[in-house]
Amino acid sequence: MDHAAAAPMDKRVKKAMEPYWTENFGNPNALYKEGLIARSAVETAREDIAKVLGARAKEIIFTNGGTESDNLAIFGITGGMKQNFSRFTLPRSGAGSDATQNFASFRPHVITTKFEHHAVLNSCKRLEKEGFEVAYLDVGKEGVVNPEDVKRALRPETILVSIMYANNEIGTVQPIREIAKVIRDFRKQGAAKQNFSRFTLPRSGAGSDASQNFALPRLSAVFPYFHTDACQAPGYLDINVERLGVDLMTINGSKIYGPKGIGLLYAKNGIKLEPLLYGGEQERKLRPGTENVPAIVGLAEALKIAEQEREKESARLVKLRDYFINRLLGEIPKTVLNGHPTQRLPNNINVSILDAEGESIVLYLDEAGVACSTGSACASESLEPSHVILAIGKPRAYAHGAARFSLGRATTKKDIDYVMKVLPDIIKKLRMFSPVNIKI
Amino acid sequence: MADVDKWVYSSVVKDHFMRPRGFLLGEPKEGEFDSYGEVGSLACGDIIKVWIKVDKETDKIKDFKWQTWGCATAIASASAFAEMVMKNDGMKIEEAMNIKPKDIADYLNGLPARKFHCSILADKAFKKAVENYRNKK
Repeated sequence: MDHAAAAPMDKRVKKAMEPYWTENFGNPNALYKEGLIARSAVETAREDIAKVLGARAKEIIFTNGGTESDNLAIFGITGGMKQNFSRFTLPRSGAGSDATQNFASFRPHVITTKFEHHAVLNSCKRLEKEGFEVAYLDVGKEGVVNPEDVKRALRPETILVSIMYANNEIGTVQPIREIAKVIRDFRKQGAAKQNFSRFTLPRSGAGSDASQNFALPRLSAVFPYFHTDACQAPGYLDINVERLGVDLMTINGSKIYGPKGIGLLYAKNGIKLEPLLYGGEQERKLRPGTENVPAIVGLAEALKIAEQEREKESARLVKLRDYFINRLLGEIPKTVLNGHPTQRLPNNINVSILDAEGESIVLYLDEAGVACSTGSACASESLEPSHVILAIGKPRAYAHGAARFSLGRATTKKDIDYVMKVLPDIIKKLRMFSPVNIKI
Repeated sequence: MADVDKWVYSSVVKDHFMRPRGFLLGEPKEGEFDSYGEVGSLACGDIIKVWIKVDKETDKIKDFKWQTWGCATAIASASAFAEMVMKNDGMKIEEAMNIKPKDIADYLNGLPARKFHCSILADKAFKKAVENYRNKK
């Protein structure tokens, strides 16, 4: 019941990976036969993945997981910007001085949401320290971003919008296509206005060379880029990048019945990224280091299976999810659902069970043989309650009592019936010695 | 191989958490206790309430009951504290006032460091109850 944290690796994936441990162990960068076999495995995997995503093979960059992909997207885009930024703010002799003045008022802007995964959220906090401005959008009571809010937040200096596809805690699915359209329209407007932008305004003599050098006059025509963390999406949602209209997309292996320690970033052709790591020329110099061949093969296999089984498995899980939610809300008093009731992942159930505390619920359930996770502070290393539950406007006490169940391929109605056999008694017991009586 | 059977907390913590001792079921009856103390908040995620009945002659704790909303260690430390103060028909108040968080943690065979400060609240709630009791007299 905690598949959103990690899913067991599919046997078919394991089988696909098998030859690349001992048998075909070559370094894909070697020129001899063993190397070529490994290279071919990596490139076939890349092509297979590209096909699933509706992308081109060269647009796929392998990383070590979702967190790295998110970091590469965010710092990859903003890092390049920072270089331009410092290049043009460096004091220059005579001629450039008025450009410097113009640029002093330019502060690159990033838009994200309050309930992103920490890989995005903490990266954005880091950006703020570096002088970027970040807007953290509200996600409403249901945990769904309003594209109109994105529209209102967009500015000429916005370089990146990063909004997750489906939330990892409450499973709510974001209107990625609509948001992509808002961003596309904004870029088109920007392109039209380009000639009149303050950066290209004809300047008297001295400034002209600066505007030539300047990469920024075209800022509004290509920026902002749109990144989505889609780690929870494969197997449940459409992950075709063309249809979604995203420029960058994060996917990882371990949530989709693939291996841990592997992920990818889709980056649309033409997007210039700054690498996070420096070394060899692997992954078009964007991700140096010898390729993790078996994991790459496994990721491709897992993604293909997820896509093949998507419709059937989603339909099966939606039924189970709704059955589970109905029983939870109906049979355990003072239980509230977190997030939109239907615009959520087919496998996600997140409820706040009031007057009981999340860590206690998790541990009592563990004792009964059920694994689930909680938004409670007590269960986290930081002792902070879930930022996601707080972002949907729930009081902290609701976050402390939040329990997430995420269903998987092996979950059946029987499993849910078993949880509903033990959970009501656990809650009764915890409430028996709880002094709290929260009013709904 | 790592010991996968090992629980997050010590087996003593687990025992107190799964089978808590000395909690109060429902609301206290009129005159059942002499005093009451409470610490924690909904925002923090831990609340403990304790009730005490004191033998006026001997200044011994005649009864101690608690209610806790919180994590495993909050519940276990309340249960452990109840057991500690009620041993041998009740500790003297002075003696019970000297019980430190470390004593409770030791009684429970240790607690994770990060849980030490936030979840041992029973001693603090007890001190409040005693304060209220002394003020009432």
